Amino acid sequence: MTGPVLELDRISKQFGDNLANHDISLNLAKGEIVALLGENGAGKTTLMSILFGHYMPDSGKVTVMGRELPPGKPRAAIRAGVGMVHQHFSLAPNLTVLENVMTGTESLWLPASNAAAGRKKLLEISERFGLKVDPDARLGDLSVGEQQRVEILKALYNDARILVLDEPTAVLTRIEADKLFSTLKDMARQGLSLIFISHKLDEVMATADRIVVLRGGKLVAERKREETSKAELAELMVGRAVKRPVRDASTPGEVVLEAIGVTVRTGGVDRLKSVDFRLRAGEVLGIIGVSGNGQATLAQLLSGTAQRSAGSLVLFGEETADLTVADAVTSGIGRIPEDRNREGVIGEMTIWENAILERLSRFSRLGLVDRKAGVAFAARIIQAFDVRGGSPTSRVRLLSGGNMQKLILGRNLIEPPRILLAAQPARGLDEGAVAAVHQRILEARRAGTAILLISEDLDEVMALADRIQAIVGGRLSPSLDAEDADARSLGLMMAGEWEEREVVDAV
Amino acid sequence: MRFERREHRPAALVVAAPMIAVAAALAVAGVLIALAGAPVLEAYWKILTSAFGSRLSVTETLTRASPLILTGLAAAVAFRARLWNIGGEGQFYLGAIAVAAASARLFDGWSSAAQIPLLFIIGAVAGMLLLLVPLWLRLRFSVDEVVTTLLLNFVSLLFVSMLIDGVLKDPLAFGWPQSEAVDAAARLPKLLTRSRLHIGLVMAVAIAFAIHFVQSRTVFGVRSRAAGLNPTSAVFAGVPLGRTLVIVAMISGGLAGLAGTIEVLGVKGYVTSDLSPGYGYSGIVVAMLANLNPLGVVLAALFTAAMFVGADGMSRSVGIPTYIADVTVALSLLSMLIAVFFTQYRIRR
Ligand SMILES: Nc1ncnc2c1ncn2[C@@H]1O[C@H](COP(=O)(O)OP(=O)(O)OP(=O)(O)O)[C@@H](O)[C@H]1O
Ligand SMILES: [Mg+2]
Repeated sequence: MTGPVLELDRISKQFGDNLANHDISLNLAKGEIVALLGENGAGKTTLMSILFGHYMPDSGKVTVMGRELPPGKPRAAIRAGVGMVHQHFSLAPNLTVLENVMTGTESLWLPASNAAAGRKKLLEISERFGLKVDPDARLGDLSVGEQQRVEILKALYNDARILVLDEPTAVLTRIEADKLFSTLKDMARQGLSLIFISHKLDEVMATADRIVVLRGGKLVAERKREETSKAELAELMVGRAVKRPVRDASTPGEVVLEAIGVTVRTGGVDRLKSVDFRLRAGEVLGIIGVSGNGQATLAQLLSGTAQRSAGSLVLFGEETADLTVADAVTSGIGRIPEDRNREGVIGEMTIWENAILERLSRFSRLGLVDRKAGVAFAARIIQAFDVRGGSPTSRVRLLSGGNMQKLILGRNLIEPPRILLAAQPARGLDEGAVAAVHQRILEARRAGTAILLISEDLDEVMALADRIQAIVGGRLSPSLDAEDADARSLGLMMAGEWEEREVVDAV
Repeated sequence: MRFERREHRPAALVVAAPMIAVAAALAVAGVLIALAGAPVLEAYWKILTSAFGSRLSVTETLTRASPLILTGLAAAVAFRARLWNIGGEGQFYLGAIAVAAASARLFDGWSSAAQIPLLFIIGAVAGMLLLLVPLWLRLRFSVDEVVTTLLLNFVSLLFVSMLIDGVLKDPLAFGWPQSEAVDAAARLPKLLTRSRLHIGLVMAVAIAFAIHFVQSRTVFGVRSRAAGLNPTSAVFAGVPLGRTLVIVAMISGGLAGLAGTIEVLGVKGYVTSDLSPGYGYSGIVVAMLANLNPLGVVLAALFTAAMFVGADGMSRSVGIPTYIADVTVALSLLSMLIAVFFTQYRIRR
């Protein structure tokens, strides 16, 4: 076969008066990897949902291997060989890997022999593509990276020839992401065609053969990888040149938060082990490390959702007892959670309700919610933080992923907090939005906010942080001034190198 | 075929869908009525006139709707917060028996003004307590409350049977298992003379408005909705999950207990083991029909009560078995649920 394996022909889709996709045509050759780039809300997920039959296009058609797909039928898409790995996974946590892979395709009353055949097929595929899994593990027990592997296996199990991945690396650690991309390249070599969505230009330049850029629902550019550069792509996406801001010199103020020997124990395990850190007004302390090393617990501790079992926490010069969410909010700690869908927003509630939920006491009198003030507050956030795709009274669910993140940032930063806890604040944001978020964080720093930045993105930390500590296995390294940091020293820190040095010193 | 959530509900559809639903249910029921050998059109006419045709039938429908509004609200409030209270029936009975016992044994000879408010509180508290047990099991041991509340219905009904055949048995009831009659001063004032309609209806409607207000305007309402929709985000935003659910459970169980209370004090005057024709369970249907909206619950309860009364009267007057009436009610509720669904979702092929 010589023609394209996939053709999207003049696809348009409108939500209300929001033109999410406008006349987009795109094709994909056998063995090709195409990256889909675009600002938050540009219409990437919508376009892929149309390809997969999740949405009906208003006009246009999808052709796979020369045959037109009936619109709005995911089953037909699967049968034609299209597989999709969603931005938010759609697997059942209480089923095993094998059950997850087989559901939806096999009959519900599968005889045991079928299950045996299924297992064989799954193992073959996992062998062939180097995607190791335990078919009998319960899905809920797997790490995010492993769950994603199961999503991919599920698509391959259904004989996908075309695989679509929506922001596959947003939730992965660097190492997992690297592994994923080498798998994807291997799959392309074996004749599969791939489309992936990403905001990270590095991985796009390292992996894609061709790059397609959407802006405002329109296809604005198509480039071969060899013919373009990160700078050009960033500009095409946003429509202007973007440059991430970098911190300028400053003199930090007094210590606002100090942790001394803090241990947090949840589920019978010490997630944080006797950590020490100090946070000053007007400075950014960056916490780096491979995710899963205690970042989540550190964030929970300062958000008020986890309590310490040992050590002391000195907040604004005073020893604190247990820090609750209400304490955190009223004492002026802004909190940006790591996982916005799980912790940050409630999709079925309106934008204004989400904006004020953690400050209900301020937006209420005598137990009655002040709707007018809440709507006005939300409108201010939407304006100041450029949240696109909704009004204060529309539901948060309708916002694109990046715009949800802007809403969360906005409700924390619209009035500068005294302390800002920012966990992966730029995750899932486009280049323009990342620059804007960094700008906001630096503005808060200038205004005297003490910022604890938890991030896996070293570039981000290098650009923003005054001091850096690494988190490894629940322990924090001593802090390193950003001036003295380079990729090598940070790499050593993240590998837990400081502990060994201490031992050597002691000897 | 898939369903896509509608962002806007066309007004025409919201009006037309329930009508189509009723028509469809009646068409199917018509087949059964014809098979039973009765004149179909006359049967339809009888459903309508039995529910609304006379002063008596209207008051009967409203009398039936009163406890249904309360059990419907009980389910709606709980479901909003994802507290799956399937135990409305048990809470209804426990409220009823608590009130009957208190009135007969404790308040004998008290004035109406003194005992009725106290009885309301007692009935509500009885319902509350019965729901707090499963809630505690859920919060403490993660025991699924669907199972526990459902099973407690049977426990509650058997407990009531034991009492009305034992310590609370009315010696004047010719051996029938029924509780002693409540004190005459405990009977609820009638809304209309020469009818069974009592002030419980006014109270139920007022409570529906109050709950609507609480849910849409108060801090507690926003929190309980948040707790139901996304507990993790709610906790992150500082919603006290346990405390919110406890209050929700108290409201929900209390309303179901109150339903039992008004049925005893307003209609029957004593408790039997068939005091409720499934008000607790029908309340769940009412809540779903109303899409968990408290004001919608009033309308849904009226519809459900009308179907009960209408179908019942129809089967008696055209002389067909009562189970056909039951099937007619069930069909109409089912088709109405489907209609409500289609006002919220559209089919995409
Ligand atoms: N079901 C829906 N109803 C109404 N509007 C929608 C719906 N889904 C998406 N939108 C809107 O369509 C636009 C495109 O959304 P889409 O999710 O495709 O963006 P995206 O490019 O994937 O963004 P991100 O990078 O933030 O994930 C947004 O403005 C969004 O608010
Ligand atoms: Mg998206």
